[in-house]
Amino acid sequence: MKVIYNSLFKRTSTYAVAIIASAFFFERAIDVSANAIFDSINKGKQWKDIKSKYE
Amino acid sequence: MASKLLSVSSKLLKTTNNTINWTTLHRSGSTNAARTWFSGRSKLWTFGAVTGAAGLLLYALDASVDASSDCVHPAKQNWAHNGLLSAIDKEGVRRGYKVYKEVCSTCHTLDFIAYRNLVGVCMTEAEAKAEAEAITVQDGPDEQGNYYERPGKLSDHFPAPYPNEEAARSANNGAYPPDLSYIISARKNGEDYLFSLLTGYCDPPAGFQLREGLYYNPYFSGGAIAMGQLIDNEVVTYDDADIAPTGSQIAKDVVTFLKWTSEPDGDERKVLLLKVIIISAFLGAISYYIKRFKWSTLKTRKIVFMPEVYEQNKAKSGDKSPE
Repeated sequence: MKVIYNSLFKRTSTYAVAIIASAFFFERAIDVSANAIFDSINKGKQWKDIKSKYE
Repeated sequence: MASKLLSVSSKLLKTTNNTINWTTLHRSGSTNAARTWFSGRSKLWTFGAVTGAAGLLLYALDASVDASSDCVHPAKQNWAHNGLLSAIDKEGVRRGYKVYKEVCSTCHTLDFIAYRNLVGVCMTEAEAKAEAEAITVQDGPDEQGNYYERPGKLSDHFPAPYPNEEAARSANNGAYPPDLSYIISARKNGEDYLFSLLTGYCDPPAGFQLREGLYYNPYFSGGAIAMGQLIDNEVVTYDDADIAPTGSQIAKDVVTFLKWTSEPDGDERKVLLLKVIIISAFLGAISYYIKRFKWSTLKTRKIVFMPEVYEQNKAKSGDKSPE
């Protein structure tokens, strides 16, 4: 905790960089996981599931 | 009594520990503040009660309309897209497009859908292009100023069977077949209503006056509809041998197709719902922690009455505190 504070949170400029970087990775993670959950709930109903029959 | 205590305690806070909150309270201001706080509170209650009553009234009105009706309410079906996170069945959309093309497009328009909208939803680009090329479209003036016919492109919208509303009405006994692009959103209980309507044709009850050219359908408002029964067993043949084209299967597929035309963003919207829930849960938890942390100072402060100090100050100021 102390390491994180001293290296990232102490200066506002580094804090801002930390926020932006973590927001980027956080959103990517949410996107991937939400899409995976949605795809598993709706197996067989989406175009990506049935397009192999018609390509 | 309360004002006296408040004024005294303000003096007491000044004499005790430096880390205690400095709270300055005016004597008359406290009663004024208490009064406004209470009247503001009662205003809030009356506002809440009025809103609640209005909401209850609206709900009762809507429910009463439901109860008295000139048509039968449709039965609730278990559509594949009924859940909060359920996508529209694209296979159903594909079959429904075929049904629409072969049965419904003879009288109905689908003005807001173009052939390119089908790509990536229920067919490949090549298939959609083939579908488009099957129709002819009148295109704008060429260099000589003549209008000409050409086969359809992906960017063309679905063709209209009649050139205008008057032609549509005269060909259909004065009734205008409505555009079906948003029909599922435009009718109450859209999918259930349309499915029951399409499969619900029957003989009129005894004594029901049916005008010439109209058909009886108990799900239609008033009972007399200008559209005859068009959906029946095997009116359409499916490419897929596994799905039997019974009347109800055909109706189910065309309703699924029309659901997609009404809400092409349905799937994307539900994915966003999931993402919003996850992110809001995170942010909510963090906000809750921060709020509790910042408020902890206030919520754990203590205000104490110390009789010895009170007596001291009373003696010092010479009994200036009010009775």
